[in-house]
Amino acid sequence: MRGPWSASVRRRIIERMFETARAEEIRQLQDRIRGMQRTRLADRTLPTSQALAGVLPGGALAAGGSYVVEGSTALALELLREPSRAGAWCAIVGVPDLGVEAAAAAGIDLERLVLVPHPAEQWFAVVSALVDAVAVVLVQPPVRARVGEAAASRLAARLRQREGVLVSTRSWPHAHARLAVTESDWAGIGAGFGHLAARQVTVASSSPAWQGRTRSRRLWLPDATGTVSPVVARSEEHVEGRLEEGALRALG
Amino acid sequence: MPSPAPRLLVLHVPDWAVRAQAREHRVPDGAPVALIAAGRVVACTAAARAAGVRLDMRQREAQARCPGLRIEREDPAIAARSFEPVLAALEQALPGWHPLSPGTAAIRARGPARYYGGELAAARTVVGLAASHGASGARVGVAEGLFAAELAARAGEVSGDGARADVRIVPPGGTPAFLAPCPWHPSVMPSSRRCFRASASARSASSRGSPSQTSRRASARSGRVCTPWRVGAIRDRRPPHPPRDIDAIVDFEPAVERVDEVAFGVRAACDDFVRALLGERLVCTALRVELVGERGEVDERVWLHPRSFSAAEVVDRVRWQLQATEALRSPVVRVRVSPEAVDPVHVHESGLWGTGPDERVHSVLSRVQGMVGHRGVLTPQLAGGRRPADRQTLVPWGDRVDGAGSAANRTVRERTRPWPGALPDPPPATVYEMPRPLHVEDARGRPVTIDERGRVSAAPAVIVSQTGTRRDLTAWAGPWPLEERWWDPASARAVHRLQAVDASGCAWLLVRDAEGWWAEGRYD
Repeated sequence: MRGPWSASVRRRIIERMFETARAEEIRQLQDRIRGMQRTRLADRTLPTSQALAGVLPGGALAAGGSYVVEGSTALALELLREPSRAGAWCAIVGVPDLGVEAAAAAGIDLERLVLVPHPAEQWFAVVSALVDAVAVVLVQPPVRARVGEAAASRLAARLRQREGVLVSTRSWPHAHARLAVTESDWAGIGAGFGHLAARQVTVASSSPAWQGRTRSRRLWLPDATGTVSPVVARSEEHVEGRLEEGALRALG
Repeated sequence: MPSPAPRLLVLHVPDWAVRAQAREHRVPDGAPVALIAAGRVVACTAAARAAGVRLDMRQREAQARCPGLRIEREDPAIAARSFEPVLAALEQALPGWHPLSPGTAAIRARGPARYYGGELAAARTVVGLAASHGASGARVGVAEGLFAAELAARAGEVSGDGARADVRIVPPGGTPAFLAPCPWHPSVMPSSRRCFRASASARSASSRGSPSQTSRRASARSGRVCTPWRVGAIRDRRPPHPPRDIDAIVDFEPAVERVDEVAFGVRAACDDFVRALLGERLVCTALRVELVGERGEVDERVWLHPRSFSAAEVVDRVRWQLQATEALRSPVVRVRVSPEAVDPVHVHESGLWGTGPDERVHSVLSRVQGMVGHRGVLTPQLAGGRRPADRQTLVPWGDRVDGAGSAANRTVRERTRPWPGALPDPPPATVYEMPRPLHVEDARGRPVTIDERGRVSAAPAVIVSQTGTRRDLTAWAGPWPLEERWWDPASARAVHRLQAVDASGCAWLLVRDAEGWWAEGRYD
């Protein structure tokens, strides 16, 4: 140590050294915690549709996660598509009005799809049973049904254990993300001519992981060839850039 | 030269399939009946034949020749099932029968001939036995080798030299001589056209004077009948039907009214049933449940299982059938569970570590079925049709997709047909199980109608749902007329279809029929 530093300065320097050491230690511990958590959860994902990667936290369906998709059957089916294509079983509970042809057109393998259209008041028991064997369960709870916190967390524990995914079309406690179609524009149809051919939708998503902010993406659902894909436009890049900026600010 | 082929006795009941099916459907004897498979006649009764109906004839032509002809879909299960009692009676008198097809069975002739004092006496006994168990008009043929014996049985009537027209005995060593002049025609053995070619070669062989071995080899080659039944091998086969009856029969005295009481009552019997099958090293893959009511009405159906039935699952099937029954109008006095199809147990044995995730899926789905009923868990299938609801079928988990078990005469709509008039893609994501009634109004609030020339009275502007919710329309297309099955007043449908997009961007499939407007689907 060099220089005619006073005792107080010397003490501050030592304190500072301890502080950086402590901060280093905390960072290391945090890393370790995060690492341990990662092996347990978050990183395990199910195959996810590319079009929806942008509106899901982590960019994919998290194994053991529950999601809410409101107001669009086609969007809910899109969540089921990639797991089904990868060979997972899917179940749809409480949706008596499902268009099977649309499910097949969305790319869901009907060989591994099971429907329980009218579970009535047993719907929660049916979902709990199905979670044991089926990778993705899409459920439409009855209109007046309220899912209790305790029941939901029991189911979530089971989902995590089985690495399944629950998609609900009505509100669900502790959902990883809430997806909704906020805008929908059909193409190919006019005032008395044409027919429905393709549509663009804006999917808005909110997640607790984003501290209450929403993300939105513009999708073809479906496009003229029947596939679901992100809409590529200049304005979209702009929006995305702004979002990224916002996210960075929030982190920093 | 002693022939190495054993002498066989073949029993053949003419028209067994069609007779069994006529009896099942309570058609009076002597009525003209024809069985149809893939639009062609595969069997018909003597009365139909007398009216000019022939095998392999198109259904329309057969109906034209015989206007009173009753048409039934061919169901081999009925013929096989009703032949069982006949076979059982024969088995009791002369053990060692080998069923060849429903209505036809073979046995080695040596034992019966020695017991009854001659082949003719044995053959007459067999005919008499069959007649006393509902198979009247049976014919018997005895010859060397299965092929010749079956031909002798089928051709019994044609030959005139037997003591009776229904028994044809080819003398020992006389098989080549019998085969040579036979009137060869496909109708002799209609089930196998290949026999015709084989027999032709047999005839040429025997006419050249070559030994009978040639004809036997030719017959052994000849198609369905002989392939698994190599003539010499018949001795070594175990009878394929279980030696004793394994049906579970529970009688209720007094009659029982409640479903859970019946289910409780049959539980022990179902346990025994599955255990008895296991004792025979068999598992049940299809099950027939028969419920008999106090007033004598019978409710019967076959349940299938993707794997094999456990005792609890058998009880479940009984319960589900009771819950769904329409035939039963009085308390239950008897439940009978019989195996419809069995498999050797080793076929269904799971591996040491299970058979993968599908096993788990199956057990969980069975559990869910236990909660919501057999028809509550469905697997979807695509079908053909013009309306979205027609283009999908839902099959209960575990049932066969073609619906053979439950609805034999359901029309099958093939997906691959073009279906002109079907809507272009994309298909609606929501297809209402029950179409929802609604009102369609134009800009001035008047109801929109469609005239007989398919024109809308005004551009639709608002749809009003049953609950009164109004949705403004931003775009619409159509109407597209659809007229289906106009030749059948019961199922004829004439509708107009319209696609419309409301202000929220949700699109609707609207249908206008004689009663009003309906929402059939939603593109959401």
